[in-house]
Amino acid sequence: MSAREQMLADVRRALGRKGPLDAAIRASLETRLKGHKPNLVPRRGQVRGREAIEAFVRMAEFSLATVKRVHGENEVPAAVADYLKGQNLAPRLRMAPDPQLDAIPWGAAPMLQIARGKPDPSDEVGLGGAFAAIAETGTLMLRSGPDSPSTLNFLPETHIVVVKAGAVLGSYENAWARLRQAQGALPRTVNLITGPSRSGDIEQTLQLGAHGPRRLHIVLVDDGSESGRR
Amino acid sequence: MSFAQNPMSRSFKANAGAALRDRTLQRAMGYLGFREKRLEAVARLPEFEALRDQAREIKNHTLAHLDFYLEAYEAKVLESGGQVHWCRTPDEARRAVLALCRSVGARTVTRGKTMIGEEIALNPFLEENGIQPVETDLGEYIIQLRSEPPSHIIAPAIHVTKEQVAETFLAKHAAYGKTRLLTEPREMLEEARGILRDKFLRADVGITGANFLVAETGSSIIVTNEGNGDLTQLLPKIHIVLATPEKLVPTLEDASTILRLLARSATGQEYSVYTTVSTGPRRAGDLDGPAQYHVVILDNGRTAMLGTEFQDMLRCIRCSACLNHCPVYNAVGGHAYGWVYPGPMGSVLTPSLIGVDQAGALPNASTFCGKCESVCPMKIPLPKMMRHWREREHEAKLSPVLARWGLKAWAFAARRPLLYRAMTRWAAAILGALGRRHGNLANLPLASGWTEFRDLPAPEGKTFHALWAERGR
Repeated sequence: MSAREQMLADVRRALGRKGPLDAAIRASLETRLKGHKPNLVPRRGQVRGREAIEAFVRMAEFSLATVKRVHGENEVPAAVADYLKGQNLAPRLRMAPDPQLDAIPWGAAPMLQIARGKPDPSDEVGLGGAFAAIAETGTLMLRSGPDSPSTLNFLPETHIVVVKAGAVLGSYENAWARLRQAQGALPRTVNLITGPSRSGDIEQTLQLGAHGPRRLHIVLVDDGSESGRR
Repeated sequence: MSFAQNPMSRSFKANAGAALRDRTLQRAMGYLGFREKRLEAVARLPEFEALRDQAREIKNHTLAHLDFYLEAYEAKVLESGGQVHWCRTPDEARRAVLALCRSVGARTVTRGKTMIGEEIALNPFLEENGIQPVETDLGEYIIQLRSEPPSHIIAPAIHVTKEQVAETFLAKHAAYGKTRLLTEPREMLEEARGILRDKFLRADVGITGANFLVAETGSSIIVTNEGNGDLTQLLPKIHIVLATPEKLVPTLEDASTILRLLARSATGQEYSVYTTVSTGPRRAGDLDGPAQYHVVILDNGRTAMLGTEFQDMLRCIRCSACLNHCPVYNAVGGHAYGWVYPGPMGSVLTPSLIGVDQAGALPNASTFCGKCESVCPMKIPLPKMMRHWREREHEAKLSPVLARWGLKAWAFAARRPLLYRAMTRWAAAILGALGRRHGNLANLPLASGWTEFRDLPAPEGKTFHALWAERGR
């Protein structure tokens, strides 16, 4: 008997199961798996619209991310350039090769030097787009794909994420539902990111930038459209 | 050093005594700030209690149908291009990991924090086989350099002072041209970050644990605050996940419910900084990610806990709230427990995994104050299970001879009410007379272990039985 068969047999014996799982029970378990039924979603995750956007900003800042709200995509380049200047960083960044990010009129900030693709170890600033943003805890959801390398979220010391108002949702459950709707099976990596990297491993002293980014800056494109829509 | 290779739980009493006398340890342990932060985080979520109940039900449901969910999970892992390695023993798990490392000629292996890696003593085994394992969680990295086991599940180097970290880095980082004695935690973090960044980029295999396995999607989920678990799994050719069967939950919704409790109970954060859901290897067209994804599912005694009075322990999500709130853990630290899992959860789990003959002292190292159960996000009845272990220890005649004789003598008297009342009357009278002057007793024959550190209040007057009878009730 293989280790697999042995372990499953051990489980069945421990659960007092003599034969195969009862067909009705099996069917109900399969229904549960496919049903994606949310459990209790806290009230603060049940927000929508303006309320969700305000809550997202508040909670993201609580997690020590910084947030800049702009009114349209055309304001994003200047917001990014200003942020880098304010942090005394060179105006160079690595951007995810995402058509939605390409659509931003980067020419409006000609001083920005933008390279597209996955990051090199020498890249100091990474810029990506969030698939969703979760108001409940100020959490960003980024997914891997040809247009979104996951290492971009971790290698550069500064991580800038563009979030559209329509991507702001109340709860994790809302975000999972939208992801399933968008692409069926999960991508290789889904990163839920809540604030910049940190460690308290030396005498319980909080330090930012342990292995991942020291700064997480969110540019929220709040063009007045309803949150929860794309 | 690895407790899995060399269990020290039998000498808990001596370990605890040494820990209490260790002034550096006492200074390092100092005060655990996690408790206030947890309280604040719980207060921010009015639904916390209701979520605890749901989380408990989710795990109970999963455990009651564990065979179904294991098979459903495996099918999804295969479907997404990953592989599952079923291992009953630490030896099988170690060999599975080694074979995967050898398949790509691995020389350097990065590791995200995993307690299962400790449980199977993976690092010494890889070293013996010519592979360099590098712990990447800052705390784990510090103790790896110091050749120590972790003393806390989520803060593995909590027993180390910053001065000790500085000395360790000075001794071990000379090889990288770092020869200055550091003083600030910030500098220490920067130095470690620089050295480990290079390891991440050169690693051939990355090994992480799993906080959850999701049956619906075949995914593994890890949470970290540093991002080390992500660099560990994204950069090398192979990502190996070390997990155990009870990590399963049915759906992403179920994982989300428990995740609302995990960081809140652990560090008092709203959510861990990085919650990462990994499904299979990189896809066609992906720009990064591992080319291979393997999950090692280790049993090592878990399935034997199913259907027993210890099944509830399989709900544990390793948040460490019970450690943080335990007066015993806070006094003696994690190493005194002498095995991989310290604190109240360790006192229940360790006898299950290595035997009550080895670890019987641990469930006795509790005042039964009940704080562990009250803060457990999964509502695990830890004191009750420690009591079960004490019973088993007693039944197997593993408890101290003097304790068993004492209990027998007490049982003999308790079954004879007249004798019992006479004895308690005499005892109260004698102790009362002895302690009349000060109102308490500074030392007592046969109980010096107790009176060495505190006085026993002297009985005043009559026994409870006598008073009860007098009041005619």
